[in-house]
Amino acid sequence: MRRFGPLAVALASFALIAALGGTAPNWVVFLTTMAFAKGIVALGLVLLMRGGLVSFGQGLFYCAGAYAAGLAMRWADASDALLLVALGGAVALLLGLAIAPLLAGYRSIFFATLTLALSMIAYGILNKTYSLGGSDGINLRAPSFLFYRAATPDAFGYALFVFTGLVTVAAAVLCRLHFDSMRGLLSLAARDNEIRVEYLGASVRRVSLGNFVAAAGLGGMGGALAALALGHIDPDFAFWTSSGEFVFLAILAGHQSVVAVFLASILLELVRSFSSQYFPNSWQMALGIFLLLVILFLPEGLGSLLRRRNPPPEAASLPVESLK
Amino acid sequence: MTALIEARGLHKSFGAVVAARDVSVMARRGERVGLIGNNGAGKTTFVNMVTGYVKPDRGSILLDGIDITGLPPRVVSRHGVSRSFQMPQLFQSMTPEENMLMALGIARSERLSSWRDARTPDLMAELHDLLARFRLGEYRDRSIAALPGGVRKLVDIAMAVTRRPKLLLLDEPTSGVAAEEKFPLMDVIMSALAGGEVAVLFVEHDMEIVARYAERVLAFYDGRVIADDIPTTVLGNEEVQRYVTGIVQ
Ligand SMILES: Nc1ncnc2c1ncn2[C@@H]1O[C@H](COP(=O)(O)OP(=O)(O)OP(=O)(O)O)[C@@H](O)[C@H]1O
Ligand SMILES: [Mg+2]
Repeated sequence: MRRFGPLAVALASFALIAALGGTAPNWVVFLTTMAFAKGIVALGLVLLMRGGLVSFGQGLFYCAGAYAAGLAMRWADASDALLLVALGGAVALLLGLAIAPLLAGYRSIFFATLTLALSMIAYGILNKTYSLGGSDGINLRAPSFLFYRAATPDAFGYALFVFTGLVTVAAAVLCRLHFDSMRGLLSLAARDNEIRVEYLGASVRRVSLGNFVAAAGLGGMGGALAALALGHIDPDFAFWTSSGEFVFLAILAGHQSVVAVFLASILLELVRSFSSQYFPNSWQMALGIFLLLVILFLPEGLGSLLRRRNPPPEAASLPVESLK
Repeated sequence: MTALIEARGLHKSFGAVVAARDVSVMARRGERVGLIGNNGAGKTTFVNMVTGYVKPDRGSILLDGIDITGLPPRVVSRHGVSRSFQMPQLFQSMTPEENMLMALGIARSERLSSWRDARTPDLMAELHDLLARFRLGEYRDRSIAALPGGVRKLVDIAMAVTRRPKLLLLDEPTSGVAAEEKFPLMDVIMSALAGGEVAVLFVEHDMEIVARYAERVLAFYDGRVIADDIPTTVLGNEEVQRYVTGIVQ
């Protein structure tokens, strides 16, 4: 990317995505749209994990973005996809800002469990809130795209795919730029050794906070896109299985490559759709075996195949006692 | 000439263990001071208190007349106090070059960029100089886990000096390094630090190193400073010989 400039890479990838989508069958177009939407959420989680934190509750932001878009459509008659996705991202980001102070200071399994708890609370509340559709959720209309309103379902599917591709490419390029920036590097540093980061004069707390809020925003955008693709929102967006899926994706992809996140997401959607077709009752097992193989043979994720970097760290950060 | 660092009456206990009793230490700009003392004497605790990692129960620390007592490491480092660690504290998943780049990046800007490539020409030029000063050029791309102990110490110290500190505390720069490599290592460190005004306080167990590189020596014993003078005087002190160096004539 450094050689060609981020804008050129973005335009070329977008053109490629749009062209491939134009020739692909409808089910592939839909599957890829969903994969991109979830990939954006997982990208946020990867961002967070680069700083050493794993959230088991990204479903909360995924859900917040989906409901923000859906309710804006229902209550305010908003129908522009760009507006709805921006709104989904903004609402989730604000939610992230609001709960970040609650999570500050928690690390590892405590952080993960707290995020999971918050998403399950949201799930429970939405299930019982009948004005928001309760457990059945709400069906959504098809949105418009600036001045374009698709006439047929197929045309809509493709238009949403292209739009999602645009958001995906933008998110991917921005994340790549960020990962290579000083602040992006600081996340890796904080994951490795918090004490050293503080001694160098930077704040680990600020790193975690920034990552958490950015991941929330990405989660919301992915949620809004998924809601538009499915034409439906329900509390399952916040259920722990969707959060688990994002963790799965992030581990599958690793933190080295942003492209890997979306490849992982497409791969997962394919595995899911094929195994639920051919082994209807055991696709979770197929998924489990798949993850097992990845952890055994590609501990750094798919991204390690795409980007050659340092060998994996022998040990994580040194314990505090080592200061003695 | 006034003191750069002036610690007065520092006291620190960890439960029943008293790690510092009325420790007072003064050092001038550019001075080289050796800190000696047996295991558990309180040397690292002193370093931890000065750098803000451990808050003293009592006492005060002035840097250039500014009270820095009890400030956290992040703030103390911004006031011009840096340190290295007995066990080097490095970013294990990054190369030595990236470790040092990270340190330089934080040192050189108040607000780190979220978008601009970390490898700016300015930083890379500075990184190049730093690698050369600490003779780390050939190790720049290795993995941290694969570095020899002495090289890790050098990376740790190189990271500490990126902020151009006024005071640098080195906690056992030569520990874990083969005997015949200790002098060459200290030579690299001291030549890398030469020319600046930085005061260096280094903790050291090897008395030959202390005699060679320190202008002044502080001997710690049981949380107290029992001697503070030029090396020959301190190393010849009877109490120091009995409690610290173990050489009784
Ligand atoms: N964080 C801590 N918690 C409890 N006890 C501590 C802590 N830090 C230091 N101590 C105790 O304080 C005393 C002084 O320890 P310190 O690490 O300062 O010694 P030192 O002079 O650096 O020794 P060494 O040469 O072994 O590094 C020891 O008895 C140590 O066990
Ligand atoms: Mg010590």
